[in-house]
Amino acid sequence: MIHFDRVSFRYEDRLILDDVSLDVPEGEFCLLVGTTGAGKSTLLRSVNGLVPHFTGGTMTGEITVAGRSVRTSSPADLADVVGYVAQDPLAGFVTDEVELELAYTAEQLGLPQSSMRKRVTEIVDLLGLADVRGRDLAALSSGQRQRVAIGAALVAGPSALVLDEPTSALDPGAADEVLSALHRLVHDLGVTVLLAEHRLERVVQYADSALLLQDGKVTAGSPGEILATAPVAPPVVRLGTLAGWPGPPVTIRQARRAAAGLRERLADRAPAEAPAPVGATLLEASGVTVDHPGVRAVDGVDLAAARGERIALMGRNGSGKSSLLWALQGTGRRTAGSVSIAGEDPAGLKPGRRRVLAGLVPSEPADLLYAETVAEECAGADRDGGAPAGSCAKILADLVDGLDDGAHPRDLSEGQRLALALAVTLTAAPPLLLLDEPTRGLDYPGKAALTGRLRALAETGHCVIVSTHDVEFVAEFASRVVILSDGQVVADGPARDIVSASPMFAPQVEKILPGRLTVGEVADALEGIDADDDAE
Amino acid sequence: MNASIGVGPRRRGTHPVAWWGWALLLATAASRTANPWLLLLIVAVSGLVVTWCRGDEPWSGAYRVFLLIGATAIAVRMMFYIVFGGAEGTTVLFELPSIRLPEWAAGFRLGGAVSAEGALAAVWDGLRLATLLVCVGAANALASPRRLLRSVPAALYEVSVAVVVALSVAPQLVSGVARIRRARALRGNMSRNPVNVMRTVVVPVLHDALDRSLALAAAMASRGHGRAAGVPTATRRATSASLLIGLLGLCAGAYALLGTATPAPAAWSLLTLGAAAAVFGIVFASRRVPHTRYRTDVFGPRDWAVLLSGAAAVAGTVLSGMAEPGTIWPATSPLAAPPLPLYAACGVLIAAAPAVVAPTRTRTGTG
Repeated sequence: MIHFDRVSFRYEDRLILDDVSLDVPEGEFCLLVGTTGAGKSTLLRSVNGLVPHFTGGTMTGEITVAGRSVRTSSPADLADVVGYVAQDPLAGFVTDEVELELAYTAEQLGLPQSSMRKRVTEIVDLLGLADVRGRDLAALSSGQRQRVAIGAALVAGPSALVLDEPTSALDPGAADEVLSALHRLVHDLGVTVLLAEHRLERVVQYADSALLLQDGKVTAGSPGEILATAPVAPPVVRLGTLAGWPGPPVTIRQARRAAAGLRERLADRAPAEAPAPVGATLLEASGVTVDHPGVRAVDGVDLAAARGERIALMGRNGSGKSSLLWALQGTGRRTAGSVSIAGEDPAGLKPGRRRVLAGLVPSEPADLLYAETVAEECAGADRDGGAPAGSCAKILADLVDGLDDGAHPRDLSEGQRLALALAVTLTAAPPLLLLDEPTRGLDYPGKAALTGRLRALAETGHCVIVSTHDVEFVAEFASRVVILSDGQVVADGPARDIVSASPMFAPQVEKILPGRLTVGEVADALEGIDADDDAE
Repeated sequence: MNASIGVGPRRRGTHPVAWWGWALLLATAASRTANPWLLLLIVAVSGLVVTWCRGDEPWSGAYRVFLLIGATAIAVRMMFYIVFGGAEGTTVLFELPSIRLPEWAAGFRLGGAVSAEGALAAVWDGLRLATLLVCVGAANALASPRRLLRSVPAALYEVSVAVVVALSVAPQLVSGVARIRRARALRGNMSRNPVNVMRTVVVPVLHDALDRSLALAAAMASRGHGRAAGVPTATRRATSASLLIGLLGLCAGAYALLGTATPAPAAWSLLTLGAAAAVFGIVFASRRVPHTRYRTDVFGPRDWAVLLSGAAAVAGTVLSGMAEPGTIWPATSPLAAPPLPLYAACGVLIAAAPAVVAPTRTRTGTG
């Protein structure tokens, strides 16, 4: 269905795709795997010709979709064979209403009104959008928006559907909605799906095959084979590799069946519980309320946090996590309640003084960056904070290695850009560090690096609060979890107790080996057993 | 959240083309006068209509941004007058040291006497420019850019990326400003130094807005906007050529009409020919592009009323121009309070009609 024949793509002097040949057969759900910056988006966008028709660059080789050559057609001409869903659905919406958005492609193809109505109704039923059909797009939840974007790409009846990170910005529940809708499409309509995603643990169970993109080369195989060797793999695969299970299994179900032996071996070893080193109380917030026009985003939240704590703030999209973080930092709106950081209310201070108390890295780290090079950015951060020259550059060097000083901040990878924004924030040396949704664009190595950095910061006496949807990240990072719902705290406690109590927030390892949260913990326990065996 | 908003027939807002037409007609009226009362009246009317008729979308804040830009335009015009001179007068306010320029720059001066008459003329000229900008701001605040994009003739596909960027950049800018300013506060940067603001607010906001507009254009292309499948290349080239020639003709015609060097009949014929070529190109190409509508976006009586009220403002200035020409272009020398042109003022007041005809739909239960 999707066929690449010796395709190379070069942008200026960077070779992104190097002699790639691949074939995705009809009706297959194919997963594209690779690290950030490996060129996954480029490959996806070349399927409908956005690369190179829209971006420039030099492409050689031949791509065909359903027998149509991509070389000789524009993306618009291919709209009836390829549906493309970009990362941010809101940025790609052409209209203001659900129904019109769904009909847009059909309008462009010139379908008669009657068949357009029929198609739209079919798609609405298939994707479970019946109750929002007549609404404004702005009034939808993020999961509904993503489903509308998928529906909009499907109305023209394309034979292939290409999706770029459809669930990265979604909470676990919304991601489930989207993925099960996709699964139904593959079964009911026989659509060929090619999908790239960083949160592999969410999608791998649906995939029939996988493609690994590494250094411009593509390797094809079954999801198990590919992920066992890939630099990015979900916890279940890493656990399988560690335990030597054949396959390795890619779904929780398969892994559970293989795990009986391991469970027994670990049974008499309670997880080594390192008591969270908690220092002096740093943050005291009570009754924090944030009203946005027409909505109460945060509703009377009480939160106290101490130095050394690593807190994960979880909850559905729109549950008030961002508003709470901004209100705690003091720059965001606060309607009622009090916040005190080390005895001072940040909202009453000048921005320059405020950031010395609490630093916030916004969900779009690039918003914090405005210089033309990394070096200038660091110098600017020193000037803004009145820190001695070179402070920011030194913090950055501690956070990440081998960053090109002359690079433009917008050209960095997601992980590097986040590290730079973090360094800029840390230049003011705030004891309270807040991060809004930092893992969205990060792959597994990027997340592991971030976890390491944040843990190190907490050990040196910072209090770190992170809002996130990423349960695997929470398992690795957090010492305490706070769950928000409709602006109120519904759960607050040690990470281990909270995540294992909820199937929605439990990490993969916990589902396979109850009581353990991460692959690292299991590896440590196994090492302990081996050491004991040797000693006997 | 589950209370459904869109049950039953939706009461749709005014057509974006009507808003743009209304605003451009108001701008035309502004460009035909230098009377400060009239210009201020136009700004007031546009402000009133924006307050009553805008929605709560991200781009609705555009009006305030354009007001600021307008104020800057007046300041810049004033500065140019002080430095480079302009209309001369007898009431000298103060004198700057002047520099003699070489022969080839004859006609310019640097510094020198600053007169009240000249300053007044400069302010009124600046006010005219500011009023034009404010009218554009009103259109941006009132018209939904997405609905406007749907109304763009499919024939413009050859330049579709440019059209999408042109139509959507201003609204994207407005929604970007708040976000970037908040992030700037996070860095503790509250400097009001223009160079710093330029680098830390204006550049990131522009960058962001362009990125978003390009993403939108890419999304539209992958959704089939401007498909040319099945249209022979020769026909496509011919329509593009006629479109391009038509647009060039329109520009040249407008320039000739506003300037004084070209005789009016020649300018008008150039304008007409340009318009004809552009319309031919659009109609011819639209026929070739298969395109249907899910639900027709009707240009209803209310939209016509909005458009006509804008036309009334232009008609008023034309009438005043014939009946009381001295009031439309008031003299600044000798110094005197300019009179209010009656017909034009009535016309502009009629242009406030949308505030009554098309107020924002009352929304209940959003949430």
